Amino acid sequence: MNILVLSNSLDTYLVIGALLFGIGFYGLMQRQTFIGMLISAELILSGASLNFMAFNRFLAPDPTVGQVFTLFTMAIAAAEAAIALSIIIAVYRNYKSIDTEDVVDLQG
Amino acid sequence: MMSLFTVEGLSGLLFLGFIGITLAGALIATSARRLIRSVAGLALCFLGVAGLYYYLNSPFVALMQILIYVGAVCVTIIFAVMLSESSELKQVIRRNVLVGPLAFLASALLAWALAGLALKTTWRPAPGLITRGTVENLGQSLLTTYSMSFELISVVLLLAVVGSLVLARTGRDK
Repeated sequence: MNILVLSNSLDTYLVIGALLFGIGFYGLMQRQTFIGMLISAELILSGASLNFMAFNRFLAPDPTVGQVFTLFTMAIAAAEAAIALSIIIAVYRNYKSIDTEDVVDLQG
Repeated sequence: MMSLFTVEGLSGLLFLGFIGITLAGALIATSARRLIRSVAGLALCFLGVAGLYYYLNSPFVALMQILIYVGAVCVTIIFAVMLSESSELKQVIRRNVLVGPLAFLASALLAWALAGLALKTTWRPAPGLITRGTVENLGQSLLTTYSMSFELISVVLLLAVVGSLVLARTGRDK
């Protein structure tokens, strides 16, 4: 298979989406700060959006649907980032730390 | 074998570059020690994903990706990093040493399973296209078919703005 026509096959995008998801999942489990975990969650979201766009381009009868869905995902992700960051700042004010191991008041 | 020095060849090369930028940015974002570097990796990854969107026949979504993710989300995260500069370099191992390898194993398994599933399935293409998916179609469907969701998402964004202001304001005098 010619490596230069990769952009025209559905499998390429699906594999990249799966890799983005895997990398994001790894970061979500391995990171020790809230901001690092938020960054990994954004990676997972972009992997999912890439899958939507790929299916939209190659399989959907109406190629506007996936684009609309991805735009909505972007808006939700922006709202999520804003809320999560303000929660992180509130946590930082109370604990003087954004480390996940320091916020353990509810731990039994 | 297609020649490298045609329009198609150069565009294929650019596509490979976008794939490389995406994966490299994602790896930097998850493995960099300092948070600010991992935000920079995230921005790089989003730029690569925007390039991939361009190859998927949707330049509008690619531009929106750059505008919203790189321009807004990454900048907001950078502000949060600056407001809560943690002692991120202390890097004491305070938990089980197995966490790193197990996380790698689990995520590699997940990515392998997803990619294998995608490659094994035979996808059936659509019988015919109803629309071309241009920016014009996109705008029309946003204001007709999806107008309800469009309004709802505006309300969600407004609530998110007000909510994050309220959350970040409490306990400010501490």
